[in-house]
Amino acid sequence: MAASANQVRFARNRRRHLIEQAIGGALFACASVTVVTTVGIVVILLGEGATFFQDVSVIEFLTNDRWTPLFASKNFGVLPLVSGTLLIAVGASLVALPIGTVSAVFLSEYASPHVRGVVKPVLEVLAGIPTVVYGYFALTFITPLLRDSFFPELGPFNAVSAIVVVGVMIIPMVSSLSDDAMRAVPVALREGAYGVGATRFEVVTRIVLPAALSGIVASYLLAISRAIGETMAVTIAAGATPHLTFNPLESVQTMTAYIVQVSLGDTPHGSLEYRTIFAVGATLFTMTLGMNIIARRVVGRFQETYE
Amino acid sequence: MSVESAYRPRLAYRHAVGTAFRWITAAGALLGIVLLALLLTDVARDGTRLLSWDFLNAFPSRFPEQAGFKAALWGSIWVIGFTALLSFPIGVGAALYLEEYSGRGRLTRLIQLNISNLAGVPSIVFGILGLQLFVRGTLGFGPDLGGFGRSVIAGSLTLTLLILPIVIVAAQESVRAVPSSIREASYGVGATRWQTVWHHVLPQALPGILTGMILALSRAIGETAPLIMIGALTFVAFVPEGPGDPFTAMPIQIFNWVGRPQADFRDLAATGIIVLLVVLLAMNAVAVYVRQRTQRNV
Repeated sequence: MAASANQVRFARNRRRHLIEQAIGGALFACASVTVVTTVGIVVILLGEGATFFQDVSVIEFLTNDRWTPLFASKNFGVLPLVSGTLLIAVGASLVALPIGTVSAVFLSEYASPHVRGVVKPVLEVLAGIPTVVYGYFALTFITPLLRDSFFPELGPFNAVSAIVVVGVMIIPMVSSLSDDAMRAVPVALREGAYGVGATRFEVVTRIVLPAALSGIVASYLLAISRAIGETMAVTIAAGATPHLTFNPLESVQTMTAYIVQVSLGDTPHGSLEYRTIFAVGATLFTMTLGMNIIARRVVGRFQETYE
Repeated sequence: MSVESAYRPRLAYRHAVGTAFRWITAAGALLGIVLLALLLTDVARDGTRLLSWDFLNAFPSRFPEQAGFKAALWGSIWVIGFTALLSFPIGVGAALYLEEYSGRGRLTRLIQLNISNLAGVPSIVFGILGLQLFVRGTLGFGPDLGGFGRSVIAGSLTLTLLILPIVIVAAQESVRAVPSSIREASYGVGATRWQTVWHHVLPQALPGILTGMILALSRAIGETAPLIMIGALTFVAFVPEGPGDPFTAMPIQIFNWVGRPQADFRDLAATGIIVLLVVLLAMNAVAVYVRQRTQRNV
């Protein structure tokens, strides 16, 4: 009697154990979806990219200064797309990094908790607006504004309007992440500085900013990486002419905008022209991944820890 | 005496610099808000003229006065609905694995690192992945598995992979916030790990998970580039009736209208943007409501 009760209990325990194992396995499968995603991206970009590089040499891809794969006379030099991308990313950084940094200083050092509670979420709305809306804003507001006030020659598609809107959309990345970094600086450090007679400006510039530097630099790198990968606003506003130029008043094409152009067109799947998107995608993926890895290294290596 | 004379406090100058700097930082923060206001007024000015119930109930047309948003609105609802159904269980499962089941070993660190890297991958790269994997069903070599074509489900699967990092990180944070005393009490009365997670950890963490989930979906609903890649159509005069149907989505339709030269279509794009922003605002309001309710309870 007692033995059979024990047997029942034993059987139930075993079943429970098996269920536990199965659930653990299912949860592990969920987590591995993310790893499979990364592997999938790398395999597709490398695999399809490799077939592209069977027909076009890597040297030509990286050094030719003309990109005309969709024309009769084909050139496969990625430099115009890279220069277009960098023009937008560098320009957007010139807009977003100063504005984002001073906004972060305001949020962390000057704003009252009440003001901060309002201003920070409102700034973060800028990051939540779909990028196609920024494209519309660039095309119908920024470009006419710039044409009427500064550059009468400006065409409907130009890099500068894309630079402005991409800059605006990455402000919150800089302001929120830098604000978090500055607020993590211990109060004791500030009080020490006040104690020897520093003004608030001196505390901010000589104590808080240096102490939070790793977090601030990381926020810069993540914002630049986002600008490099930005697609819709630049597709709508910057045009579709791959130019090796650093003149922001001209129309340029970024790597992302080129990929969109091909996928919207009727380029036959499997053709050499079509396979360019994988080579360009691999270049884009490598650049953004590199920025993100450097950003993480910066935080890891230069972070000041206060206990 | 000599020390005192060498030190010039220059207090007036230093305070002037401080005040100027203070105003510069306030101006920087204000500039962001002003730009947001400009953007919204620009959209509102152009878009309100064509905003009407007919706009929500009509299919796209060559004539801007008759064109509507119905296919795009319902296409977005279908795609986001399936994205939610797919990303919620996978995202929560992955978060539970990382927080409750796995150790702190190399594998966990690898998965964690991978998730934060994926969060930084441009959305168009996810579009390339979705195009190959879900639309065509191929990795570029090996057998052709046959994909889902340019369908709602292919779009949902692509967007699911795109927002998974956000869902997982949000779910991890709310699972981590559940006090360990609750787990220990559950283990103490003999519950298994899954019983503890299912009956005690998950219910506590659920509001936080839902908030993160809604915010991730509001990111997905505005995504344009990956859906263009997987071939969401730009001219669709029907509402999808199942996950295998072709579709368009709100941002795709807006992109299509923005790209036309006629001013009327640009205004139509602004009208579409208003609808999209209202949907986003509603989703965020729900997220804030869920968060505040739970803050009161804890």
